Amino acid sequence: MTAIQLLKKSPASARVGMIIIVFNLLVMMLAPVIAPYPETEVVGDVWVNSSAENLLGTDQLGRDMLTRLVYGARNTITIALFITLISFTVGATCGFLAATLKGWTDQVISRMVDIIMAFPTLIFALMVLSVLGTSIPVLIVVIAILDSTRVYRLARAVAMDIEVMDFIEVARLRGEKLWWIMRREILPNAMPPLIAEFGLRFCFVFLFISALSFLGLGIQPPTADWGSMVRENAGAITFGILTPLYPAAAIAVLTIGVNLVVDWFLHQSSQLRSH
Amino acid sequence: MKHLLEINNLVIEARTGENWKPVIKGVDLVLDRGEVLGLIGESGAGKSTLGLAAMAYTRTGCRIASGSILYGDRDLTKLSKREQRKLRGAKIAYVAQSAAASFNPAHKLIHQFAELPVQHGVMSYAEAEKKAIDLYRRLHLPDPERIGYRYPHQVSGGQLQRAMVAMAMAGDPDIIIFDEPTTALDVTTQIEVLAAIKEVIQAQQTAAIYITHDLAVVAQLADRIMVLRYGDLVEEGEARELLENPQKEYTRDLISIRSLREDKDVLARKTDAILEIKGVSAAYLPGAPVVRDIDLTITPKKTVAVVGESGSGKTTLARVVTGLLPPYEGRIVFDGQELSADLKNRDLEVLRRMQMVYQMPDVALNPRQKIRRIIGRPLEFYFGMTGKAQEERILELLDMVELPARYISRYPSELSGGEKQRICIARALAANPDLIICDEVTSALDQLVAEGILELLQELQNELGVSYLFITHDLATVKAIADEIVVMLKGRIVEQGVKREILKPPHHEYTELLLSSVPEMDPDWLDNLLEERQESTLH
Repeated sequence: MTAIQLLKKSPASARVGMIIIVFNLLVMMLAPVIAPYPETEVVGDVWVNSSAENLLGTDQLGRDMLTRLVYGARNTITIALFITLISFTVGATCGFLAATLKGWTDQVISRMVDIIMAFPTLIFALMVLSVLGTSIPVLIVVIAILDSTRVYRLARAVAMDIEVMDFIEVARLRGEKLWWIMRREILPNAMPPLIAEFGLRFCFVFLFISALSFLGLGIQPPTADWGSMVRENAGAITFGILTPLYPAAAIAVLTIGVNLVVDWFLHQSSQLRSH
Repeated sequence: MKHLLEINNLVIEARTGENWKPVIKGVDLVLDRGEVLGLIGESGAGKSTLGLAAMAYTRTGCRIASGSILYGDRDLTKLSKREQRKLRGAKIAYVAQSAAASFNPAHKLIHQFAELPVQHGVMSYAEAEKKAIDLYRRLHLPDPERIGYRYPHQVSGGQLQRAMVAMAMAGDPDIIIFDEPTTALDVTTQIEVLAAIKEVIQAQQTAAIYITHDLAVVAQLADRIMVLRYGDLVEEGEARELLENPQKEYTRDLISIRSLREDKDVLARKTDAILEIKGVSAAYLPGAPVVRDIDLTITPKKTVAVVGESGSGKTTLARVVTGLLPPYEGRIVFDGQELSADLKNRDLEVLRRMQMVYQMPDVALNPRQKIRRIIGRPLEFYFGMTGKAQEERILELLDMVELPARYISRYPSELSGGEKQRICIARALAANPDLIICDEVTSALDQLVAEGILELLQELQNELGVSYLFITHDLATVKAIADEIVVMLKGRIVEQGVKREILKPPHHEYTELLLSSVPEMDPDWLDNLLEERQESTLH
């Protein structure tokens, strides 16, 4: 089945999810064009309600909320995507290695992962980030490594199941090298659960950055980011001002969108397997 | 007289994507009290679907489209779900193919036995226990008082299957549906289970529907046989009459006994062995050898069949030869060159010349690779063949295994079981091997398809001169293809030699047991055999 046929048959829920994702991507790419003001410019009073000049009002410093949201999408999503990609590359490679080589390779990697997982993720991240500082590259690497432990567990389990199949033995008997077996024989078969997991982890990372930003250790001001926007404007809610709800809603909507697509994908791959 | 069960013009449909496609196309079936009806056909014939329909049950994705299922004077299709559920298990019971997969591994056997009668409120738990022990005894389970208190993994496959028959009989049902209950068992175990089933249903006067693909098995039990194909009835008749005088071509094909292969010249040997195994012993865990002191020689263009029940070490032997399991003792010589025990240290050339074909083509082919890649990879890997040359060679190989060229761009899931196995053979041939190890290559296939595969292997041997190490538990296969036979028991070779001599009496005791356990088409075969065995134990 080609991708287009697949799209045509997709259920309404998946389409909604796809529209949300595509919309977010467009906003990300076109941020300077869409945004009415520069990212950090103060344009009015603090916490002004929506008006013709400021469609969604202003934030706690008087910056335009819509502008902040648009740039926030750019920063938050890009960083989350990077983190997820790195964590999957590291996690899946280690997981496949452990499943294919077994023995002490498996033991060493698995025990290291156990050690990292023994700490609550947020505490671990807070610890490392407060020591290393909160520059964006450090943020990306730290969260990616923490996250890759989860990916590792999944990739290893999935690869273990595939590794016992006869076609892997056929490849071994043929004399294939480790890399080929991992890339050509195991990876394509591990793809469905990994992609599904990718969607979920992407959302988690997203929420995790928001949480870190909320605690002040994530993306630093004045860079716009949805998580910190919720934190900085949280006080407004007590005055009955809606401002903090906009970035919160943006996080929620994107999370739901990604999950709708992931659900559909999971359904697809489970059908494939039953054939 | 009123029939116990009467199915009229039943149509069952299965969902394929958006549409419903009929899988049972208007079949009639009647069953009288105390009668055993055999349903026979290859996979996909609809025999299981029809069998389950006798309980008004369909698998997920299927529905009963039209027709009636009369049990007594009630139409099961018209009953509410609740009423249907009350009948199932109590009045109409089901015995599945794989007992191991049907028992809950976390509960004791007797507990699972008691579930149904207690649930339906027919007996108390204590009564159910008593009944279970009684049934266990009548099914000749060893230690009937205590076996029920074991967990499913603590008893053997044959015992588990009998425990499941007992479970089906818990509610004194009128009808039991047996869905291939002995297919997963060894021949010697199959006999015990068959005999037990036969005895109990005769004593209880229970009616039964016995589903199988093996005519010889059903011949032992059934009073009447229905042959199904593609969801349609091919032929129906009294068991004896149908076996002696089949009307339809298809039935005749099923009944025809496989032709014996002519003995080739077996004198030219020893001098030019392609594979020699000398005094090999191997173990997965130190101190627990799985195969011991194996000596075996394969000469070019010959087929050596290794026969034995599951657990006899046949497959382990193949793993030793391929280097997956290094032996702790003994030598393996391939074409005059001693092989290193471990796969890692073997030359690519050796790997190329020794190929393997597996039992389950489903898991032996990577489901995410197209046929082009599956067959093309060994060509590229061993011979550096790419592009047009590779494509041409793939087509040539597909032609050799009698598959159409258009299959080249398909995925394995788009092929049938027999076709997949042919792809596996083509992949092995792509390496131009001298020896192909065939591990139970036909046991997952339907009888006629399996025969096609055996014929193909035979032709390829004549054409290409490749040798086979043929591992199987099926003596009919051995008779059809082997030049030499090696009989294994508990990791040791008990008898080996040229086929003619092994199959000719006098046999080794174990060979005799194996040979006599293969069901024959004769409906009296089981009774005669049991009588004979009883006599010989008395003497």
